[in-house]
Amino acid sequence: MTSRNAIDPRRLVGVHAERVTNISSTDYPGHYPDEDNSWNLEKFQKNLKVKVQRLSQRSIEFDLVGVDASIANAFRRILLAEVPTVVVEHVYVWDNTSVIQDEVLAHRIGLVPLNIDPALVEMRDATNQPTDRNTVVFKLQVACERNPHAPKNSKNPAELYINHEVLSSHLVWEPAGEQEDVFAANPPAPTNPNIVLAKLRPGQEVEMELHAVKGVGKDHAKYSAVATASYRLLPHIVIKKPIPPHLADKFQKCFAPGVINVHPLTKEVSVDEHNIRKDTVTREVLRHPEFTDMVELSRIRDHFLFSIESEGAYAPERLLPEAIQIMRDKIANLRKAAEALLHADDAAGDGDVQMASV
Amino acid sequence: MAEPIKKITLMKGSEPDLSAATYQIYDESHTIGNALRWMLMKNPKVEFCGYSAPHPSENTIQVRIQMYDNLSSLTALMDALSALDDLCESVDDAYKTSLKHDAYERWEERS
Repeated sequence: MTSRNAIDPRRLVGVHAERVTNISSTDYPGHYPDEDNSWNLEKFQKNLKVKVQRLSQRSIEFDLVGVDASIANAFRRILLAEVPTVVVEHVYVWDNTSVIQDEVLAHRIGLVPLNIDPALVEMRDATNQPTDRNTVVFKLQVACERNPHAPKNSKNPAELYINHEVLSSHLVWEPAGEQEDVFAANPPAPTNPNIVLAKLRPGQEVEMELHAVKGVGKDHAKYSAVATASYRLLPHIVIKKPIPPHLADKFQKCFAPGVINVHPLTKEVSVDEHNIRKDTVTREVLRHPEFTDMVELSRIRDHFLFSIESEGAYAPERLLPEAIQIMRDKIANLRKAAEALLHADDAAGDGDVQMASV
Repeated sequence: MAEPIKKITLMKGSEPDLSAATYQIYDESHTIGNALRWMLMKNPKVEFCGYSAPHPSENTIQVRIQMYDNLSSLTALMDALSALDDLCESVDDAYKTSLKHDAYERWEERS
């Protein structure tokens, strides 16, 4: 029994008991005689398939089929390190008598995700001068005191004291300049109001001014727009010989739930075409001698199952287009530099090329 | 401090006709390096293409391109950049089409 829609064996990465085979892509000109394989946009567009599978308010899963790993990886890397967000970068401490040190508390505040749309804020330039276009200011002032109405014999800090915790919800936005209008639809605040930043006891107080700026994940992980952005390859299972009915249930248990269907009456075994993506390719089936040569495991080299979790600044479905736009900006930038090099080369005349100063 | 750092410089030892050259690209990483290498290798006129990130503390990558028939590697580089841009546009369009028209599962995620 084979899979209904057979897949080009060149697209498969073999998964065996002790090794993986055919890892690298081979679709380059000159690799196969009498085959073109050079870049062809129409052919690429015909092969390309992007299909959204699941979408929630925080995450998205989609299939990206027909691109090389280098392209899929470029998008993943940009999502992690180069899609900008706005978070707290400068913390001015007026007062901090809590047990947590200034710099540790400042670091914790920096990690709090904010709901500010990065498109509405400019990146700071080389002068690092704060303006209402590139800086969002928050105030944080929390003082702890005894609760005069606390129940007798209570040992619960929440009852005994007022403000026994500094929470992310204590951040108060201070609009400046045109910000009141710009952020009218969505006033800046932490995406999660319940993050504990510090614990206080009566008499302790925190008073700070926080400046949030726009940045990218490669400068500091707190700027990363995603919680995770990852992909894996679609598993592919081929049952080569019929599985004996008395072993059907054991065979099914070798795979993730839902991946293998067993007919309740005939005990006929088949691969569930939709749920195959749930398989983790554990190779458990290859450990059992009774299944030798009955099944072939592999993954499809150009079928990427992307999973992106937003940190809150972007709607999850907006993240990939942002990443693609950043990629295209990089390319445009490089083209400009290459053109400059081309003209510099022309101007230099007979073969006198510019050299890198090393 | 004099002039700003050039985005692309031609490294020492390139052929005068640029049929073989190494380009040093400033402030780029594997993100562009590997994608560009792949696109250059899709060009049948390219004999060899490889890239490296020479050292983690240097913010550069180096792309080596060697051409058949004494063609210019700089032209190949420019073509690869245009092709990459077309590719990105195609992926973007396909994604937006799917997002708009496909039926997919929507669910409420608790945080």
